[in-house]
Amino acid sequence: MTHAPFIQFFDDDVAPAHDLLGGKCASLVALTKAGMPVPPGFAITTAAYDAFIHDAGIEADIHALLKDLDPNDIVEVDRVSAQLRSEITSRPVPPELHAITLAAYESLQSRFDSPVPVAVRSSATAEDLPDASFAGQQDTYLWLLGVKDVTEHIRACWASLYTSRAIIYRLKNNIPNEGLSMAVAVQKMVNARVAGVAITMDPTNGDRSKIVMEAAYGLGELVVSGQVTPDNITVDKVMLMVVKRQIGDKHAELVPDLESKSLVELEVPPERRDRLCISDAEITAIAAIAKKAEKHFKCPQDIEWALDRDLPDGENLLLLQSRPETVFSSTASGSIPVTSAGFGIESITKSLMSQAGKA
Amino acid sequence: MTEKSFPSPYDQKPSDAAAGWKDLYAYNLVFQENRREVEEAKFWFCDSQHWPTVTKPFETIGFEFAVSCLGQYNSRHLLIPPANGIEFRIHNGYVFMSPVGVPESEIAARVPQFMQRAGHYFQNWETLLEQWQGKIRGTIDELNELSFEALPDAVPVEDVLSGKGTGPNNELLGNFDKLISLTYRAWQYHFEFLNLGYVAYLDFFTFCKEVFPGIPDQAVAKMVQGVDMELFRPDDELKKLAKLAVELGLADHFGDTENPDATLAAIAAHANGSAWLAAWAEAQDPWFNFTVGNGFYAHDKYWMDHLELPLGYIKDYIVRVQTGHNIDRPVEELVAERDRITEEYSELLSPEQLEAFQGKLGLARQVYPYVENHNFYIEHWTMGVFWRKARQLSKMLHEQGFWPEANDMFYLRRDEVRETLFDYVTGWGVGAPAIGPDYWPAEVARRRIIVDALSTERPQPALNTPPAVITEPFTLMLWGITSDQIKNWLGESDAPEGEFRGMAASSGVAEGPARVISSSDQLSEVQDGEILVAPVTAPSWGPIFGKIRATVTDIGGMMSHAAIVCREYGMPAVTGTGTASAQIQTGQWLRVDGNNGTVTIVEDHEHDLTLAPAAANQLDTALASAHLEDSHA
Repeated sequence: MTHAPFIQFFDDDVAPAHDLLGGKCASLVALTKAGMPVPPGFAITTAAYDAFIHDAGIEADIHALLKDLDPNDIVEVDRVSAQLRSEITSRPVPPELHAITLAAYESLQSRFDSPVPVAVRSSATAEDLPDASFAGQQDTYLWLLGVKDVTEHIRACWASLYTSRAIIYRLKNNIPNEGLSMAVAVQKMVNARVAGVAITMDPTNGDRSKIVMEAAYGLGELVVSGQVTPDNITVDKVMLMVVKRQIGDKHAELVPDLESKSLVELEVPPERRDRLCISDAEITAIAAIAKKAEKHFKCPQDIEWALDRDLPDGENLLLLQSRPETVFSSTASGSIPVTSAGFGIESITKSLMSQAGKA
Repeated sequence: MTEKSFPSPYDQKPSDAAAGWKDLYAYNLVFQENRREVEEAKFWFCDSQHWPTVTKPFETIGFEFAVSCLGQYNSRHLLIPPANGIEFRIHNGYVFMSPVGVPESEIAARVPQFMQRAGHYFQNWETLLEQWQGKIRGTIDELNELSFEALPDAVPVEDVLSGKGTGPNNELLGNFDKLISLTYRAWQYHFEFLNLGYVAYLDFFTFCKEVFPGIPDQAVAKMVQGVDMELFRPDDELKKLAKLAVELGLADHFGDTENPDATLAAIAAHANGSAWLAAWAEAQDPWFNFTVGNGFYAHDKYWMDHLELPLGYIKDYIVRVQTGHNIDRPVEELVAERDRITEEYSELLSPEQLEAFQGKLGLARQVYPYVENHNFYIEHWTMGVFWRKARQLSKMLHEQGFWPEANDMFYLRRDEVRETLFDYVTGWGVGAPAIGPDYWPAEVARRRIIVDALSTERPQPALNTPPAVITEPFTLMLWGITSDQIKNWLGESDAPEGEFRGMAASSGVAEGPARVISSSDQLSEVQDGEILVAPVTAPSWGPIFGKIRATVTDIGGMMSHAAIVCREYGMPAVTGTGTASAQIQTGQWLRVDGNNGTVTIVEDHEHDLTLAPAAANQLDTALASAHLEDSHA
């Protein structure tokens, strides 16, 4: 029997199918296709999840457990959630899927001279999870070394479909559990010197002529999850000129520890906190890439980026994520109130008067 | 917290050698002792953008005419509701300005009058501007007709026989009066359209700042700015002549351009010489009425009086053409960039906003060329004729024994020149020697010492206590006197050591060795690939803009000449740094960031080279030569 592919590399020449890849992987494939500097990796498709669930024979269990569950009975929801997640993480992966995953992992590793750590992230299809597009809500496992670690975390991502929060969300929003699925991204880990986010508008006033970025030392997770106060820089989107910069405290950074082969959170010394963590040239490059993403997807974007310390200047900016900006994109610049409308002598007079009024 | 202030002019004495300097200038131009309270209540900024060096007594005519005519148009012709003119004083030889507001209670009443008057000009812009062209050219023609010859021993016999009834002394006095009044007239024409150009620009600017909060000033300038303007014609003519010389095989004849006669004679002797000389002659009128200065100083050199200047520039251009460089301004790229910027901002607007945006931009673009082009007609052409005539008069009186050097008349106030002419015609009339030759040499010598002494000191950037916010539109736009700028001057800038902040006047980033120059006489020192650092630049420095990579000035805003020219040449510029030219030394490696308005002295310049595309091709050569210098050091 033929089935949809279990694996799709980001740079395979296949159109991104959202159902198969989930939001995150579809976006990474689209970004890669658009020529953006996305770290290499592959998606384990929803077809793989479906095969796993089918093979494990737990479909019926899942539906039975979720049936008639009261979203307000937190204790019962927690119990069901724990049981479902345990069922998923304890089942063996079917041999065919396991072999394909292993081959993909090795194919990814073969692109590098020595083994590279990877990140494993869940990639949900749109309505299955709360705030699917919201940064930090999806499961992310960083700095994984070795295929065993990777396959384990793939199952952890699958299991995250059944967190208490996800279950309650679906119950309250009448989202059926039938057809629920999950893709997973396996991606080369970035060795971030600096990382952060950028949004292709000014979220404080809806001004679409700006790009606002946040940046801090180390991996971007501390910025995304709000654990550090990042540098905040506003760039004019058309001119790519900095119009405002605010130095954040950036007291900690998440960096790899070579000895323990894991990530550690270190305190940033004062002299590195007191200045911007990115140069003007880097700011321009980040803004340019955010602008390019917006142009490609034809709507305001919210990107995650990193500067990889292992890559040379000029090639070290990587795009980790780009999603449609969902909070403000309904407000165009057109919504900024304007007192200097019209043109000709009347508006000229008004402008002169308003200058004088500022005294 | 006490407010930080600049010194009071009353507490600032120049060196002893300059004692008595106030007598050199008319009473109304200096801070009078008994007006201390009135004068100290005002904030004065130094206009070193237009008057970077000490003005000699006669040269005050430049700011008296320019700044009073600017004021006249605001306050009497157009009745611009919130702004009157700008007061000016001379202090220790330098020119200071203070904008005059309109009392709150009078502003509203001016609105309908302004709308009627200015509205008429905006509605009839093209017709009125065509009329302006005729008026200014007519005025220049009249100025050109003036001459200042020594009086003859006897009245020409024809004048006696024809019963003319007056002597040439009458014409001499009349010509001086005409010289002054025609120039005054030209300065009124100067402002007939200029202030309107600025207010239309300001309207578009205000709108952009409102719909795109924080939009860089440069973005607005780039959307409005034209690319094909008369102000750039003189330089374009030189480029054409350089290319023609190469085509005609005349390139080798530009070896010694310091000697224009010999150069032109050698060209004439060549078989193809006459074709080139015809083009050369054609270009001169009117485009060589162009100064390397700014039109405000008697010593400003004009191309047509110093043919070695245009010939030298042509020589430089020939070398560039022969080495395969494209010497033309990147006009197509500039237009494409302007269109891109305009389109990208347009796409972000709602339909109503877009209508306002396009309407305002359309008007700003219509009026903008005047903002540039008038400079050729007045500062270059009119003032070129004015100074030539004034020098002729000075030389004539020098030959009559009034002063030891040909140009010493400029140490006299213009009213004193008139007195001197009366002295001269009186002596001529009575048949006894004039008094001046016994009076002026010593007085001129005394004044020369004072002017030289004043010139050894730099002016304060401003005087007295600044207002909390600068709102006067012309002060902001033309002079770039912003609240931040004042902070900079007061030493409140938070820029680190070795870094200067100014206005991001023209985008791009470039690095290179600094070349600090303080006057146009040093222009020939500028080498390929250098970064020009100067207190202020003039638009006529165009020909050296083919060599340099970036420009840094002490003074000037978004609409200053350095800013405009750099945008026109697609080269980074940071203007209004305050003190960069005094603190940077020639040869220091600089990084000029025209996107962020910063200039940094780079100690270890092998790192972090991010260059504007325009400058990138020059990098290798400059780096190579810089390394060469290092290894020799």
